[in-house]
Amino acid sequence: MPIDWSPLTLSLRVAACATVISFVLGLGLAYLLANRNFRGRELLDAAITLPLVLPPTVLGYYLLVSLGRAAPVGRFYEAVFGGPLVFTWQAAVLASTVHAIPLLVKSSRAALESVGSEFERAARTLGASEWRLFWHVTVPLARRSIIAATVLAFARSLGDFGTTLMIAGDIPQRTQTASVAIYDAVESGNTALARVLVLVISALTLVIVYAANWLERRKRQ
Amino acid sequence: MIHARIVKRYSSFELNVQLVAEPGVTVLFGASGAGKTLTLDCLAGFVAPNEGRILLDNKILFDAAAKVNFSPQRRNCGYVFQDHALFPHMTVRQNLLFAAERHSRLERHRRVQEMMDRFRIAEFAGSFPGGLSGGQKQRCSIARALVAEPRFLLLDEPARGLDLFLRNELYELVRQVRSEYRIPILVVTHDLAECFALGDTVIVMGAGKILQSGAPGAVYRNPASAGVALMLGIANQFEAEILALDPGRNTSRVRMMGREFAAAYLPGHLLGDQVRLCVPASQLKVVREAGQNCIGARVIRTTEMPDGLRVQFEPELTVEMSRQEFEAHGGQTDWWIEIPAPSLRVTG
Repeated sequence: MPIDWSPLTLSLRVAACATVISFVLGLGLAYLLANRNFRGRELLDAAITLPLVLPPTVLGYYLLVSLGRAAPVGRFYEAVFGGPLVFTWQAAVLASTVHAIPLLVKSSRAALESVGSEFERAARTLGASEWRLFWHVTVPLARRSIIAATVLAFARSLGDFGTTLMIAGDIPQRTQTASVAIYDAVESGNTALARVLVLVISALTLVIVYAANWLERRKRQ
Repeated sequence: MIHARIVKRYSSFELNVQLVAEPGVTVLFGASGAGKTLTLDCLAGFVAPNEGRILLDNKILFDAAAKVNFSPQRRNCGYVFQDHALFPHMTVRQNLLFAAERHSRLERHRRVQEMMDRFRIAEFAGSFPGGLSGGQKQRCSIARALVAEPRFLLLDEPARGLDLFLRNELYELVRQVRSEYRIPILVVTHDLAECFALGDTVIVMGAGKILQSGAPGAVYRNPASAGVALMLGIANQFEAEILALDPGRNTSRVRMMGREFAAAYLPGHLLGDQVRLCVPASQLKVVREAGQNCIGARVIRTTEMPDGLRVQFEPELTVEMSRQEFEAHGGQTDWWIEIPAPSLRVTG
């Protein structure tokens, strides 16, 4: 029986996009949380953590309501890109991003804060701007933890199910990611496909988590 | 030149200091928790004082009333950290180049090369700090601070963790910096020897305040209080009453430990005043027989020192003497200690 690999390639594409977006956004947020003192800092941190603990369906519901064709953001997106966001693969990217970003922000914040303040103080007395300090001192010193967190974020975006299903739906070849496809295959009795996808996803995730751990361990040596 | 008045309050500690640091080495000396490093942090701009102002050659770096607070980047301050704070992911050369960023490319490399030659670190320019010895790190850290052309230099316990040999090398290095750069250099230490080895001026600090400041020798000769005398290691302190004062002959007589002693003239005091006198342990003498300014004493305990012994007596006296001197009196339990008249000084 020929196996349809499209859910897997779609999953990888979605996860890759989501990782890039969460990396950029996550590092920015981590910088804010680690370096800036502002009102509501810890509240922001708590809000960013929410996707980690909320049921994915709750998250999906929020996104659906705020990005749907009736909502302002959804209408804006439609006006700019000429089509609705919901039930497209881009919506799956968004779902995965929201799913993955807490992990990145949390770990990156911890990593940035763990860089000794002496290094940062030294850089400041040497005349380095905050920008240069961040990119040339803090990030290089925290890079292993940040890379490890990014790798984990990729693995997590690969595995999102509930949120993706809520806002991207289950359209074969278009928005059906691997985890959704597995559910579908099991439901429709296509156990062979389910088994293949399950094994591939498991192996992939194992490699990714192993790589992340290896990076973290090397950092400590 | 730095003029600073700094008040910084915490719930359980208050720093309140006023200091002037001229070109040359000013040592901030005091026990841990005296506020020495906090003072440096305020000067460098890491900590904003609650009150006061900081002037560098008449340029305002900080003024609480006018709400001026320059960031560390804009203070032109070289800071040598306790643990050197060399960036571990950069080579020695890259560390120095980082500090020379504001110069053009060519100029940057020229300056860094010159600095590496001057501080003898060129041979490991390509090494990462992790592979360097303590002394080498120290040199890199000072060189890096100087590449940025600071208007003043702060060193936070630079000798901590260095062995005696490296300490002397460090002192040599700081003296080199002092003679080549006419900038104020502030050194934090709790090591007495360091005050004398480095300081043009010493500022003695305790519990967030300046207890005394001046040339190290002058401070040692006239400690401002019993506390300062103790910090300077002046072991012998006496409560005394002034019996006679003769400014013409530069003499006085005092009563302490139940006896009369001759002393130098004690300016600023009146007959009958109760004063506290002190004598460094190295200035008391052991003599063969009773005489002027002598007191009989019994040995309580001896402590070995690198070049002699520190002997404690009853009544409470501490005397430093050579081993030969000690052995010459061997077996004797009753000793005569002379307190030379010029060695008696008033504290406070």
